[in-house]
Amino acid sequence: MPRLIELVNIVKDFSQNRVLDNINLYINQNEFLTLLGPSGCGKTTTLRIIGGFEQPTGGDLLFNGESILHTPPHKRQLNTVFQRYALFPNMNVAENIAFGLKIKKVDRTSIKEKVQDMLKLVNLVGFENRSVTSLSGGQQQRVAIARALVCKPEVLLLDEPLGALDLKLRKEMQVELKNMQQQLGITFVYVTHDQEEALTMSDTIAVMNEGRILQIGTPEDIYNEPKSAFVANFIGESNIIPGTMLEDRRVSFAGTVFECVDKGFEEDEPVDIVVRPEDVRITSKDAGALVGEVKHVTFKGVHYEMRINTGGFTWKVQSTVQSPAGSIVGITVAPDLIHVMQKSAPVREVNAL
Amino acid sequence: MRRLFTYPYIVWLAIFVIAPLLLVFFYAFSGTDADGYTYFTFQNINKFFEGIIEGQPFFQRIYVRVATRSLRMALQTTVICFLLGYPLAHILASKGFRDKPILLFLFIMPMWMNFLVRTYGWMTILERNGIMNNLLRRMNLPTIDILFTDSAVLLGMVYNFLPFMVLPIYTALTKMDKRIIEAAQDLGASPRSVFLRVVFPLSMPGVVSGITMVFMPAAATFIIPNLLGGGQFFLLGNLVEQQFLLVGNWHFGSAVAVVMIVLMLVSTFILSRFDRQTEASEGGMRL
Amino acid sequence: MTSYNANMMAVLKRLYMGLILFFMYAPIAVLIIFSFNASRSRGTWEGFTLDWYIRLLNDQHTQRALRNTVLIAIFSTIFATAIGTVAAIGIDKLKKRSRTAIMLVSRVPVMMPDVIIGISLMMLFLFVFRTLGVGSLGFGTMLLAHVIFNVPYVILSVTPKLRQLDPNLYEAALDLGSNPLRAFVQVILPELWPGVVTGAMLAFTMSVDDFMVSFFTTSPGVQNLSIRIFSMTRRGVDPSINALSTIIFVVVMIMLILINRRDRRLIHKNAEDD
Repeated sequence: MPRLIELVNIVKDFSQNRVLDNINLYINQNEFLTLLGPSGCGKTTTLRIIGGFEQPTGGDLLFNGESILHTPPHKRQLNTVFQRYALFPNMNVAENIAFGLKIKKVDRTSIKEKVQDMLKLVNLVGFENRSVTSLSGGQQQRVAIARALVCKPEVLLLDEPLGALDLKLRKEMQVELKNMQQQLGITFVYVTHDQEEALTMSDTIAVMNEGRILQIGTPEDIYNEPKSAFVANFIGESNIIPGTMLEDRRVSFAGTVFECVDKGFEEDEPVDIVVRPEDVRITSKDAGALVGEVKHVTFKGVHYEMRINTGGFTWKVQSTVQSPAGSIVGITVAPDLIHVMQKSAPVREVNAL
Repeated sequence: MRRLFTYPYIVWLAIFVIAPLLLVFFYAFSGTDADGYTYFTFQNINKFFEGIIEGQPFFQRIYVRVATRSLRMALQTTVICFLLGYPLAHILASKGFRDKPILLFLFIMPMWMNFLVRTYGWMTILERNGIMNNLLRRMNLPTIDILFTDSAVLLGMVYNFLPFMVLPIYTALTKMDKRIIEAAQDLGASPRSVFLRVVFPLSMPGVVSGITMVFMPAAATFIIPNLLGGGQFFLLGNLVEQQFLLVGNWHFGSAVAVVMIVLMLVSTFILSRFDRQTEASEGGMRL
Repeated sequence: MTSYNANMMAVLKRLYMGLILFFMYAPIAVLIIFSFNASRSRGTWEGFTLDWYIRLLNDQHTQRALRNTVLIAIFSTIFATAIGTVAAIGIDKLKKRSRTAIMLVSRVPVMMPDVIIGISLMMLFLFVFRTLGVGSLGFGTMLLAHVIFNVPYVILSVTPKLRQLDPNLYEAALDLGSNPLRAFVQVILPELWPGVVTGAMLAFTMSVDDFMVSFFTTSPGVQNLSIRIFSMTRRGVDPSINALSTIIFVVVMIMLILINRRDRRLIHKNAEDD
């Protein structure tokens, strides 16, 4: 697959603060790439650099192999769906969608035609003459998408486009957006802080924190093989326990030695152990590697969520079977479900650079 | 509690806001006969439109000319203030200057000085033997004698009212969502089309309130023409002052005031229509 | 090429700003410089003197005018702020229709040209005095007139704060056992305070600066500073006016800088709160 956009050693400082620290990333044609991270991690800044609304302090930005760093936004072959949409309040729905076409001096009849096509695509036929401010959040969002797509950009940048919508609408729009992307064959660069959204929609996820990309991979990779405790914790819930790597395939944590599948660490290296709550198995008292008391049970619909204290550590455990609070149970974790991580870099290090 | 808070205020409004205006209308539409009796009449209003000398064409009648002159001066002031003020507001609101509040501060500060004093300052500059002409003379250039002319009055009005044009436009421009401008750029609009299609239309409410804040007081001022125009320079405001304080004819003075009120209402109405057009789309949210 | 154009634009912008600022400050600068001029001439410089300031210090009329201006500004601000705040709260509690009507009437003194406010109040006062057979224009009527045109500024500053008020706040205070008066003083008033202060500051400035309304609602014997300046300019060249202007300028500048610093500290504090 050809590389469409490439970010090379991008650095961005705002006054004294380094908000992007050496970002390297490429985006393939027709890819759905998501920049995922907590607020303030630099994901929106990255997107704005691609869109041309911020100039990086250092590094280069390539489009089809050529630098577009000095191309102003209105000459870049990409369009943006803004956070909270940024629709033109002085124009109605049709005028908003037609804006880009009018700028390109497209003739009236084809503008009309294309606007109609777009309205069909985003399910807003009949809304042409409505004022954009009279629309609901979901409808405004569709107008924003239609406005950005009507010029047939090669790349669509989306900055938390579903952030302002309620849960049900979000889910629907996730599916719709993904369908649109596949239908139109356009490259999407999508920014969100919602890990579930990222997992559902993306081909590739880049997890960011404190101005750096921590891991790039498919949703499955990122979920199943997180490379750091931060990624593991950010993508889904996790039990993160300090431990020590005794030797290859043997690790000690929570006061017990476990078998695992990881290797290549130094002897007695301190590590972080990550175990997904759904990977913790509850057994009888005697069969468990650890024994603990159930402190708390919450019904979550599909499963029960429990807090089990094994002395020294409280485990988050998800199971379809309920163990009543106060009962003493055993727990085990299969070797391939124990994820051993290098101690993650302390937060301070990034700022010190 | 509601009554306790509101009723005294309604009485206050009735006595101090409505009653004085009713008095103006009462005097405008009445006369006093030789025996001191008051009667209803249109003669004061008629006098305004008919003037003193009979048989003159409408626009040459003395008071009509005062009115058209006032409106013309106010209109010129407004246009000049807009032409000077919009670029200024745009610069003040633009990237490099927005984070320098000191500039806005510098610009507003003269406004806080008594306007009589500032107008007097212009007299000093524009006088026949004033600073400007002294400088011109020293450079062997011809002197300009503009004090006590239309130009001087216009200059004084623009000087006094310019900030009232700049501030609302500045506010409208800074309030504008930066992302809307980015969205326009993103969709391919050059800086010029961004301005013409998005920024200017969205700043219209500021422009309209700027026009209101310049036109109305400019049409009614009497102190600037009085100082910079000399005694003979006559606008509607001067006419009112003269009738009340020099001639002592409350009936005719009130009639002139009524004409001013009507002119004010008409221009407010016209401007509000402009405002509604631009606000229509924004106002739709409340539907 | 583009950066060259951008630089040109930046230079032009600066130049334009500079010209406008020159235009704004030229008359002020001239006044200040000529307040130290030894000659009465307004056109030529003939040496440094403080005579005009000394003369101003000995000028009884100007001092009385200054005192009137300050007293009227202080008292009209106090009365207008009290009346305006209470009225704003009352208006806010009304139904929409009567609220719009009252707000419209309230705004009349702001919308009307000053001349008309001036003559209409003059007519009212004289009408009342004539009917009662006692009273005359003077300090009292000027003060009352200032209160009248200042009230709307307070209302217009307080109303937005009332709109922002959480409607449950007052009820929460009552719910927690405080009586209506206490709830108002301890919960509502602090929320409105910034608007009240803005309104008071506006009222004070409007009062100090007013000429038109004062001019019509006082008698020749009672002048404020604006009227005093007006009568001085009418009597022809008098460099005392320059001296007075310079003093006003310095006072205004100091006040504005103080207010500005306070505001900036507030902004700073708010930014930190975010």
